[in-house]
Amino acid sequence: MYNYSEFDAAFVAERNRQFRQQVERRISGALTEDEFKPLRLMNGLYLQLHAYMLRVAIPYGTLDSAKMRQLAYIAERWDKGYGHFTTRQNIQYNWPKLRDVPDMLEALAQVEMHAIQTSGNTIRNVTADHFAGAAADEIADPRPVAELIRQWSTDHPEFQFLPRKFKIAVTGSPNDRAVIKAHDIGLQIVDRDGQQGYRVIVGGGLGRTPMIGKILAEFITQDDLLPYLDSVVSVWNQIGRRDNKYKSRIKITVHEHGIDDIRQRVEARFALVRPSFGGIDVALFDQIKAAFAPPAFRSASTDDYQTAYSADPVFRAWCDTNLADHRAPGYAIVQISLKAHGATPGDATADQMRVLADLAEFYGHDELRISHEQNVILPHVHKSDLPAVHGILKKHGLATANIGLISDIIACPGMDYCALATARSIPIAQQIATRFDELKLEHEIGDLKIKISGCINACGHHHVGHIGILGLDRAGVENYQVTLGGDHTQDAALGQRTGPGFSADEIIPAIERIVYTYLENRHEASEPFLQTFRRIGMAPFKAALYDKVNAYAAQ
Amino acid sequence: MPQAFTPKVVTANALLEGDVVYQTSDDRWTRHLSQAEVITDEANANLRLLMAEGQPDEVVGVYLADVTPGPDGPEPTHFREEFRRTGPSNYAHGKQAEPADV
Ligand code: SF4
Repeated sequence: MYNYSEFDAAFVAERNRQFRQQVERRISGALTEDEFKPLRLMNGLYLQLHAYMLRVAIPYGTLDSAKMRQLAYIAERWDKGYGHFTTRQNIQYNWPKLRDVPDMLEALAQVEMHAIQTSGNTIRNVTADHFAGAAADEIADPRPVAELIRQWSTDHPEFQFLPRKFKIAVTGSPNDRAVIKAHDIGLQIVDRDGQQGYRVIVGGGLGRTPMIGKILAEFITQDDLLPYLDSVVSVWNQIGRRDNKYKSRIKITVHEHGIDDIRQRVEARFALVRPSFGGIDVALFDQIKAAFAPPAFRSASTDDYQTAYSADPVFRAWCDTNLADHRAPGYAIVQISLKAHGATPGDATADQMRVLADLAEFYGHDELRISHEQNVILPHVHKSDLPAVHGILKKHGLATANIGLISDIIACPGMDYCALATARSIPIAQQIATRFDELKLEHEIGDLKIKISGCINACGHHHVGHIGILGLDRAGVENYQVTLGGDHTQDAALGQRTGPGFSADEIIPAIERIVYTYLENRHEASEPFLQTFRRIGMAPFKAALYDKVNAYAAQ
Repeated sequence: MPQAFTPKVVTANALLEGDVVYQTSDDRWTRHLSQAEVITDEANANLRLLMAEGQPDEVVGVYLADVTPGPDGPEPTHFREEFRRTGPSNYAHGKQAEPADV
């Protein structure tokens, strides 16, 4: 596990000390809200609908047991006993009191965590594949470069007042689990003739104007990476629009100037800045990489696992949906669903967090990951330990076998918490999960990703959901717009709108009609939803949704 | 033609807790919409809003929200205000968890 340097620790301590004073001055009336607001946002503190919200960075989604236990402690001591894991691999506390926030930040600092750069027009928390360091299909662990970028961008003097926020995601595998094509910059580690480098994707993003990122460079070497990224951000910093916040993200800059023009500008800039990167970054990278060395995997028999797998159908079902292939023999990646049917997607109680910490410590080389799909990962578990791990998860409501299925829904907080929301998303997710659990259909349906956002900002990634749901306010009533055919992987695609939206009462039956249309039309059980949609197109789904005769027949 | 003025309450979040609060006719802040002052004319609304904005040591994010008068005091007209008055729908947290006399 990477440890912060003394510099980082001192920087965070100083920031916390400043923020404590700022909070005191705000409470005493010495600072107005207008003066205080940018300061609190810089420290991850938002004002939501019912309360403040503290957003804590979990760089590249990686935690150890000590950090997870501290997150549990904070949830219990200062919040309502739970935390919400987000699609940015962060954790949010929904009920902090203003006076307590400096203490919460100090408690975070004790385990080298903080809430810096989770807000504002800066380079945000870098996200990475949640299977990093474990995936069987991985070329290299993406976290060292994510950490290098974090160090380069944190408090970077030139990049504190960017035209807008800037999000970077990294994957080390050809199978993209980090949604790199929906980020301002997406990096993919690639191998060329035995040399490792990076494919650079730029200008992706969801939100009001969704765009799939375009390839800016096919291969950038490790030595050139930081100056190259520096050049991309500089070019955008210079020509990105500041007149209209809806046009200021780099996706619009790329769209308006064209990818070839941007590439030329980046290359010109690169020629200027490259010499100023004297190789310190490369030495630093080697240091970081050493800190991310894989744990000492053990070799042991997997007989116990095989026996349990054959004998226990519940365990088998859980293995079949929730495990992923590990690169080390005898090991598995365990995905722990935070999507129990009817629960709030991404929420974990303090007790559950402690259980997760214990499991990581005893069975998982002390490593945990948070996925952008709002689940928790134990990246390194030996298969012989899986029956024990599953048994403990079951006792704590954490053994739902639904990863990648229809109830494994991404949902943003929506209007239950978020001040920007135009409709709720959590209850829609809860109802869909409950409904398909009642129907006992989800294993039959197979791979189907539903993603829900409570407003056009698209924190719930609805554009890239196989089924996307966007909550809107239509003349004072919640209304849900549906898109189909989105894809968040290496074959990224934006979903297409089905047509007019549905009321809160109509949306669950509408989703059912979509699913039945798929089940009726798929070639065979192994053809997933997305493939069927690509083969038959929108028309049959539209008919099922809007054609009254069909609609009644389906009921 | 200018739009007719609809009844309003002054609302905000409490500075320390973040709770949703409403202005009362005797210049206090209440956690309960039912106790809020209903303002029926525009000039008064602007005046009351200004007064509220002058209390940055107590409240944050002051604005006027539409209501309709009801037998038990004002009722929200928009679902967002309904959620603010009640609390989130996934847990009985926020106002729905608190005793009625706070
Ligand atoms: S998508 Fe909208 S409603 Fe949902 S969390 Fe983001 S800003 Fe809030």
